[in-house]
Order: sequence, then C-alpha cells, then structure tokens
Amino acid sequence: MAYSDKLLDHFKNPRNVGTMNKEDKKVGTGLVGAPECGDVMRLQIEVDDASGKIKDAKFKTFGCGSAIASSSLATEWLKGKSIDEALSIDNMAIVEELALPPVKIHCSVLAEDAIKAAIKDYQEKNGLEVSPETESSHH
Amino acid sequence: MTDKRMIYLDNNATTPCDPRVVEAMLPYFYQHPGNAASRNHPYGWQAEEAVDYAREQVANLINVDPKEVIFTSGATEGDNLALKGVFEMYARKGNHIITVKTEHKAVLDACKKIEKMGGEVTYLDVDSEGLINLEELEAAITDKTILVSVMWANNETGVIQPMKKIGEICEKHGVLFFSDAVQAVGKIPVDPKETGVHIMAFTAHKMYGPKGVGALFVNRKKPRVKVTAQLDGGGHERGMRSGTLNVPGIVGFGKAAEIAKNEMAQDAERLSKLRDKLENGFKEILEEVYVNGSTENRMPHVTNISFKHVEGEGLMMTFNQNIALSSGSACTSASLEPSYVLVALGLGDDLAHSSLRFSLGRFTKEEDIDYALEAVAKGVNHMRDLSPIWEMYKEGVDLESIEWSEH
Repeated sequence: MAYSDKLLDHFKNPRNVGTMNKEDKKVGTGLVGAPECGDVMRLQIEVDDASGKIKDAKFKTFGCGSAIASSSLATEWLKGKSIDEALSIDNMAIVEELALPPVKIHCSVLAEDAIKAAIKDYQEKNGLEVSPETESSHH
Repeated sequence: MTDKRMIYLDNNATTPCDPRVVEAMLPYFYQHPGNAASRNHPYGWQAEEAVDYAREQVANLINVDPKEVIFTSGATEGDNLALKGVFEMYARKGNHIITVKTEHKAVLDACKKIEKMGGEVTYLDVDSEGLINLEELEAAITDKTILVSVMWANNETGVIQPMKKIGEICEKHGVLFFSDAVQAVGKIPVDPKETGVHIMAFTAHKMYGPKGVGALFVNRKKPRVKVTAQLDGGGHERGMRSGTLNVPGIVGFGKAAEIAKNEMAQDAERLSKLRDKLENGFKEILEEVYVNGSTENRMPHVTNISFKHVEGEGLMMTFNQNIALSSGSACTSASLEPSYVLVALGLGDDLAHSSLRFSLGRFTKEEDIDYALEAVAKGVNHMRDLSPIWEMYKEGVDLESIEWSEH
C-alpha cells in the first residue's frame, strides 16, 4: 500500500509526542482504542484558563502508521483552537489531509474520538458543562 | 542520502528463483516450445522428455516413484485437488475430514467448501507450541473419517507437526493422510512414504523455483490412492489434472528440486545459525521479546517474534523501505483480526498484533541479519517511545485493569 508523503512525514517525524500530567486540572486526557484491536491512542490537551484556548497538545499512540499520523496531525490542529473549534474537527478532514486509504478510515475516527474524550475529561474535571458533541460516538 | 539497501526476509511468502533454475528453464521458452502432449513430432518429444526428467528430479527429492508426482499450478491447487478430490472419490466410505486450525487458508477454505457440499470437518486445536495433541486426533477419528489433513510445517511460525506419529495413527485406523508440505519440502528432509503420508502438496516457488508450478504426490501402492479430478479436459497427469503442462516451469521445478536435494543440509545449517543470531540479538538489545511457537520442532530458517506493546504493521513502516518481511498484525484487513495462527497458539490479540515473521533463505547473508537486527531494534524503540501502553507498562500500570474502549 502506498502512503502519502504527508502521512509518511507525520509517521517518521511525529509532532507533539509526549505525556502531560493528567492530574493537572488544565489538562484533559483522552484514551481510546484497545490493545486487542491493535490501536490505542492517548491524546492530551492543555487549556489556557484566561483565553479558553488549547495551549498545547500531546499524544502517544500504539498502532499502525495511519493511527500514528492521524494522532500527530490532530495535535497540530488542536493547538490554538477553542474548545468549540476543536469539537468541530471531523475525522473526514483527517482522511483527506493524510489521504488515508479506505481500510484506514477507522484510524481517523479514533483520532476524533480521542479529541472528544480529552475535551470531555477537561470539562468534567473543571466542573464545566460537558459538550454534547463529546458523547457522539462512532462505535 | 537515502539508504537504498533492500533485504529480503520474506522467504516463506516466496523465494527468488535460483539463477541455475532460470538457466535450466530458458531453452523451453523458445528453442524447445513443444507441448508435452504432442506425440507426433520432435517438439513434443523434447518437451515430454524434459517433463519426465523433471518429474524424476522432483520424485527423487521426496523419495517417491515419478509416477506418483502430479504436476499442478501450485499448492493452492494441490490442496484443493487433494481435499475435494478425496471427498468425492471416497464419498461411499465416509464424509468426515480432520484438519487443524492453523492450516493454510487454501486448506481451511477448501474444507469450508466441503462442509457446504455435505462434508463434516473437525478442526483440531494446537497447544501453545503450535503442536496438535495426538490423543485428540485419534479421538476425533470415526468410522466416517476418510482423511486427516495436517500441514508439515507452518508458514507463520515454522513449527513442524509430529508427522510420523500422525502417520501411525492414520495407518492404525485405515484413514488417508494428506499434508500441505509447502514450507517443508526442499528445506528439510521430507519423505512421505516413510512418514505415512499418502497425498502431499508442495510448490516450486517456496524452494527457489518459479511461481505457477507445483506438485501433488499421490501414493500408488499400499494403499492405491485416487483423487477425483477437479479440472475436466484432456486427461493429463494420469487423469487427475487436465491442462497443458507448464514445461518451462516444470523444468525449473525439477532443477530446483535437484539443487535442494544437494544443498538443503548446508543451507539449513547456515540459516539456523543466522536465525539464532537474529533471535538472540533481539533478546539482548530489547526487553519484552517473545518467540512464538515451538523452538524445538521448527524449520531452521524461520522465527516469529512478538515485540510487546508495539503494533507490527506500524513497526514494519519504520524499515520497510529497506527490509521486507511479514507481520501477524492484520491491521490492513477490514476485520482488524490479527493472525488466526498466532491466536490459535493462545497468544493474546495484543501479542499477535505485535508479531513479525522473519523467514531467511538461500540468498540471505550474515550482513543482512546484522543490518536487520539493528534496523528492527531501532524501529521497536521508536515505536515504544510513541506507545502509551509501553509507557503504562514501564510505570507498572496493570493493563488488564484498564477499561479499554473497544471499537
């Protein structure tokens, strides 16, 4: 299977790999997937109190090249976005950007789920109203 | 500068043709273009002579009579002909076939078809080493059983089944014994008659011969075995397999068999040392490395290794510009199911997703192994740096305790 240059670049030089302190109130953590399925994504966001914008994003992913590239791309897109803007990131935008083949679409779905799970975690931790979009599930 | 090196460690998928094989084949494309079934001119006679000679070479490799070698297009055809051919030919005796869960798809899917045609099939389990339980096999035999089908060596793990003991059980119960011996013939000594195997499929392209040609051994005496032809036509190959013979391919197959007979022992000795070097190297450099399947009963040139908390397909992407091999992770398939062979060995799906198969061959050099060791270990470390479950494992988190969101 031939992968796009963008996908290969994200795979070989993944952006924003790392771990944030998940106990920090400013940090939201989304952990999705399962080892048995061959994909686990952990995506974390740090939200700036004053502006309400996502200041930083980090990920770690166990999975194939498409899963790693999808999560790397997601962290790039999240930075600087408000929560509402982040919630509007659609998995099909990831599919298009990375030219994911049809059998890899689930990797983009997982990335979208990870974003939503991280936002939900942040909102719950801070006693905020949980956005209904975070409940929409592709499962 | 990009590294242009290309190392082939996927010899269980297919082997390159030996140059001596290609040389033997070449005259049969143009100088000797005859059809082996043309009885009335020298072109036909030459082709027939060449096929007869190749049949002897192939028969010699497995110690059988040349008349017991039926040329086919490959082992998928051989598997289908053996299973469906026996099912049809012996319908009056019974309709039950026994096989194993770790067989090749060509066997399993032919068995599925036979079930649809009214047959009954028992699929035996294997233990954690990949071996069948002989008592379970014997207990599964009924008065309706016509055939036991067990592969000689597994394609994914290289595990070799206790063939001789299975042969004895079949003999005792008067049941035919078929083996898909694709991965074993030409690599280790395979003697079906001495082993009690009555029908055996194998193919040229796994033993440095060309693709598109294989053979089915069918025992002629004690017992005289017959299989119903699955292709109707000119009645070639003693009526069991119609179709114009692939003369250049068969000539190449013969040459490959002759070379294998002469060089198998030295190849096996050299490759098992390289294989061990690879395995031991990984265990030294990396943590959490598991060799899958029996390490006692296995082929000399294969190892199947799980690198825990790393997904196999992603791992392969770190080096697949330079190294070719296979993974037990079927992340590319729509089902997301990992290798059914590894799952049958009792590996968790996570370890099955983390597996790579290294299959060495006649043209593998020691420097290839050194390179692969370094490149794969580097890839594993890269993937573990990215892996959240590796991080959790290092922090001592019990991964079983986490509620994963299955998707």
